[in-house]
Amino acid sequence: MVEFLHNNLAYLINGISVGGQYALIAIGYTMVYGILRLINFAHGDVFMIAGLMVVYMSTVLPMWLTIVLTLIMTAVLGFFIERIAYRPLRSAPRMSVMISAIGVSYLLQNCALYFTGGLAQSFPSISFLTKPVNIWGTSVIMAKVITPFLTLILIFLLLFLIKKTKIGMAMRAVSKDFETSQLMGIRINLVISVTFIIGCLLAAIGSILYFTCYPSVQPTSGGMPGLKAFVAAVFGGIGSIPGAVIGAFIIGICENIIKGGASIFGIQTNGWTTFSDAFSFALLIVILMIKPTGLFGEKSTDKV
Amino acid sequence: METLNNKKRNPNTIPAIICLAAVVVLLLLLDNVLPANEFTLMLIPVLKKSAIYALLCVSMNLLNGFTGLFSLGQAGFMLIGAYTYAIISIPDADRDTVYMYSEGSDVTFSIPEMLGNVIGKNAGNFFGAIICIILAGLVAAIFAALIGIPVLRLKSDYLAIATLGFAEIIRAVCQWDKLERITSGSFQLRKYVDFGDMKLQLGGMTIKFSSLFPYLIAGLSILFIVALINSTYGRAFKAIRDDEVAAEAMGINLFKHKMLSFVVSSFFVGVGGALLAMYQTTIQASPFKSAMTYEILLIVVIGGIGSISGSCIGAFLFTACNEWWLRFLDSGSINLFGNKMSVPFFRDGFRKVIFSVIIMVVVLFFSKGIMGDKEISFAGMGAKLKALSGKSKKDKKVKEEA
Repeated sequence: MVEFLHNNLAYLINGISVGGQYALIAIGYTMVYGILRLINFAHGDVFMIAGLMVVYMSTVLPMWLTIVLTLIMTAVLGFFIERIAYRPLRSAPRMSVMISAIGVSYLLQNCALYFTGGLAQSFPSISFLTKPVNIWGTSVIMAKVITPFLTLILIFLLLFLIKKTKIGMAMRAVSKDFETSQLMGIRINLVISVTFIIGCLLAAIGSILYFTCYPSVQPTSGGMPGLKAFVAAVFGGIGSIPGAVIGAFIIGICENIIKGGASIFGIQTNGWTTFSDAFSFALLIVILMIKPTGLFGEKSTDKV
Repeated sequence: METLNNKKRNPNTIPAIICLAAVVVLLLLLDNVLPANEFTLMLIPVLKKSAIYALLCVSMNLLNGFTGLFSLGQAGFMLIGAYTYAIISIPDADRDTVYMYSEGSDVTFSIPEMLGNVIGKNAGNFFGAIICIILAGLVAAIFAALIGIPVLRLKSDYLAIATLGFAEIIRAVCQWDKLERITSGSFQLRKYVDFGDMKLQLGGMTIKFSSLFPYLIAGLSILFIVALINSTYGRAFKAIRDDEVAAEAMGINLFKHKMLSFVVSSFFVGVGGALLAMYQTTIQASPFKSAMTYEILLIVVIGGIGSISGSCIGAFLFTACNEWWLRFLDSGSINLFGNKMSVPFFRDGFRKVIFSVIIMVVVLFFSKGIMGDKEISFAGMGAKLKALSGKSKKDKKVKEEA
């Protein structure tokens, strides 16, 4: 057992760190869904745009400033997406809002395609994050080591915000009952804006950590992580933050174990990588069949 | 687009037949008589692709607009259709070159060729392609039936995500190298029978059907879908869309009807995928991502959710703008009255940005799209024209039926 762990440590560390990155994205999905009952299809693309911001800004600005500005600008982007594309449709049927989200995703991807010219942009190496570290005989980069810790710290901060502060209380109220909380004098639009800003901030942090582990950013590279993070959110029970985090870690680890299939299970074929993507969706379908509300989701009843 | 079981003489029949005949003659002329010049070289591909997209959009509309099932699995079913079609129609002689990475294929028959040995090469290609297209649709429909059993019990947005997930799984399976002797893995399939092979020998003359063929298949399929929507099944679909609980209370079997709509829609999406394979002449699994589904969905929205004619108009507008009219946005310069002016921000991809902005404007401010949930009818257009000229107020009552 110990030897097995030792031999496959690289896959495990990869899995945990990817899981942490998915968790940071998944929180954005789950919070927005909890409040607006909307699958924010554009969230994965916001994540990609944050990566591109780092690429472009780092060419002229020092790295620390780039990171700070990226976080701020991604949050602003999230705010404007909500303001322009979702708020006017607040009283429209849910399907229209979902279509609007798909439209925003299409727009962001096409804008990225225009600015990058369709070429993969190589992600700058952030010296602090790309430093190699040696763990139990396996050499990994710093980003992979700090990701899970940073994720957990951020999540505790977020939980504190939601449980203890006034705006957090308002968020919980709005996600319980939209209209009643409006009647109670909660400024819904403010709460929703804050939700989007927090979601996008976390996605931006996730983006910096994620793309540090990969050589480049492409206009389409937001799609897959976005969808997987969403699967994680559904797996954990959509609307629940701890659920999303646990789901994300499980998906990240399983996916990397499958990727390492050739060496772990000793079956020689190179189709494993394709199936590591399919795995998340298979998991999604299984969980929707068995327990549609996810691990920690609230049971919902239909009113006629 | 009219109710087919109308007892009264349908006022749309005669103009519709005239229009159809005009389209058929025009397409035949384009294929056989008119010389190839810059204009027709742009026009013909756009016309072909529009017909295919119209079929895809109408199939999606059947599901999303008429049954209220928000499914995003279209790319997967298109992929199944396209692959099925390509695999069973590659001529035997070409298999070794197509499957060169897997050193041969496990599929050792080619339906157009088998048919060709009996009734001649051209006719074999033509009718063989039709058989292959139907088979492609059937395989997609079988997969849809299997997927539908678990998925259709889910509620709106979960259904969207689950179907999206299935589409991704289908794509992964098609690219799996264990299946490379069938699907050629992640390499492309080519050399199968395409639109260029669609010609028939009639009285010593070879008539090309290259652009008429997609219209033939797409037109028949759309007619079938319209007939379905206007049948009792279609009314049940609309009832489910408007209120699921009420529909169930009225005795509509929810699962049966949802399944029917899902399977029929997927059948025609599979047919559309096969046509797309024919149009492209090579096919590969990697572009069949969710973006493809989104594109079809957005065309449906532009045309109007719940309108068949809207979907068709949307498909034509979208394809024409995308492939032709807005091309200049990508070229870096604009042709104004013969003077070539270079515009700084016109470069590759600008067309798509403009496009997505237009789509967002439609989604946000004109959520009904071009047609809303109405249909074009010749009687309605006639009535509008008369009302515009102010001749009689009585005719206004003969308004658009849908």
